[in-house]
Amino acid sequence: MILAVDTSLGTAVAVTGLDGRVVAEASSPDPLGHAEVIGDLLARVARPGIAYAVAGMGPGPFTGLRIGIAAARAFALGRGIPVVPVPSHYAAALAALDDGIEGTFAIVTDARRREIAVSVFDGTDADGIPNLVQPTRLEKQGTPLEVPVIETGRLSAADLARVAARAIAAGRTLADGEPLYLRSPDVVQPGAPKRVSG
Amino acid sequence: MSGPLVLGIETSCDETGIGIVRGRTLLSNTIASSMDEHARYGGVVPEVAARAHLEALQPSIERALDEAQVRLDDLDAVAVTSGPGLAGALMVGVGAAKGLAVSLGKPLYAVNHLVGHIAADILDADAPPLEYPTIALLVSGGHTSLLHVRDLTTDVELLGETVDDAAGEAFDKVARILGLPYPGGPQIDRAAADGDPKAIRFPRGLSKASDLVKHRYDFSFSGLKTAVARWIERAEAEGVEVPVADVAASFREAVVDVLATKALAACADLGVPRLLLGGGVIANRRLREVVIERAEAAGVSVRIPPLSLCTDNGAMIAALAAELIMSGRGPSTFAFGADSTLPVTEIQVSPA
Ligand SMILES: [Zn+2]
Repeated sequence: MILAVDTSLGTAVAVTGLDGRVVAEASSPDPLGHAEVIGDLLARVARPGIAYAVAGMGPGPFTGLRIGIAAARAFALGRGIPVVPVPSHYAAALAALDDGIEGTFAIVTDARRREIAVSVFDGTDADGIPNLVQPTRLEKQGTPLEVPVIETGRLSAADLARVAARAIAAGRTLADGEPLYLRSPDVVQPGAPKRVSG
Repeated sequence: MSGPLVLGIETSCDETGIGIVRGRTLLSNTIASSMDEHARYGGVVPEVAARAHLEALQPSIERALDEAQVRLDDLDAVAVTSGPGLAGALMVGVGAAKGLAVSLGKPLYAVNHLVGHIAADILDADAPPLEYPTIALLVSGGHTSLLHVRDLTTDVELLGETVDDAAGEAFDKVARILGLPYPGGPQIDRAAADGDPKAIRFPRGLSKASDLVKHRYDFSFSGLKTAVARWIERAEAEGVEVPVADVAASFREAVVDVLATKALAACADLGVPRLLLGGGVIANRRLREVVIERAEAAGVSVRIPPLSLCTDNGAMIAALAAELIMSGRGPSTFAFGADSTLPVTEIQVSPA
């Protein structure tokens, strides 16, 4: 079985078979409070026989996103099983493809600070994995996109697990260990100390 | 060697700390610090710290298990810092701790970081048992707190804390003013070595009679930092070469004086002849010297855990949880999150 964890939007966890069939699912749509709910949600779906832990790698607000990745990694460590990192937008893309979307389309999620995260897909590849045709990027809110847009406010961990199942079957890796931050930490190098004398 | 085997996760600031204890015996104290990544910013950047925690957690846990020669299945419990600290940094540890506890089916204890600093002391195998009540002075880059500890697991009271900068932060900021690199503590110490601590009389925050009424045990270091900056600007305006050694020594003396004076005032006021020191700034030798000297004169005994247990670490978190377990307390529910301002009275968070 596969455990998938995603906190890129709300908090979503699911356990599926290696064929992608859903065994158990639990989620909270709250875009905050990931740290509070992740334990109970995991406890509801966890069971013996899990062979892979899938981490949704974002994009998403950093603080929440990291909680799911940390939980998935620690779960994997506890069971001695591998972590499978999957970009979160793949889950939304697979759902859209199942719903029958054709041609090029964009998965769009809120990236805060009046920006959106955009991933452009086109069908699936030979392994049945959504075909990412442009790397995930940030755009200003309201930027016209040339392709049909699917705005996503909720992400299904079961869909994430299904993407992972196909990647595992094909022996492929869809993301590296680093979350899809898309932004550098928001800091400036200190200049000379400010004068304090009036 | 007896007692529960506990793994503690600490991510409240810039150190990813994983500790493993069996009861009061320290088996591993693994620390991965992101300090170098903060150096170019002159202080801890929360987002940089949180990113570093996520990367460091898994290898740190593996390293700690290796060092302690135990397996995750052997654990009796997992412990984690719920607060106080940097929210985004804390949440990485909370997420990992919950994932690990669910995965293993082990109980989880969410505990208070400040009380953890006190618990560090019981891991010192060479020290006699900790006696209660004791006053505790915890000084680091993230906090400056004075506590009245009547019992480690049930009764800790906050007497006072900093109203602005933490003492460690003051060292960092003054180091920057003096053109010294980060972290400021060791740099100021080095610069102060040949300086005269009495050369310049810098202000002692919240120490005037009028301040003492409301803030007897509180600290303030922001005014001191400004006073140092102003003093240097004046010297420069007058074309005098800044005596860095004297400024550093005098600044450090002002910090140390306030810390020691207030801590020993608490001991005297409350009739507690015991003072426990904790936090990374305790590494400052001058602070230890002055506190020990004045405490001796006041008939107060001073306890200082080994410095590797004074800085933020996971072993103290594991130690506190082990004490909770040994005193019969049940685990925390999973309902807790990160609480950046967790009060010190909440020793265990979200008990069932
Ligand atoms: Zn601390």
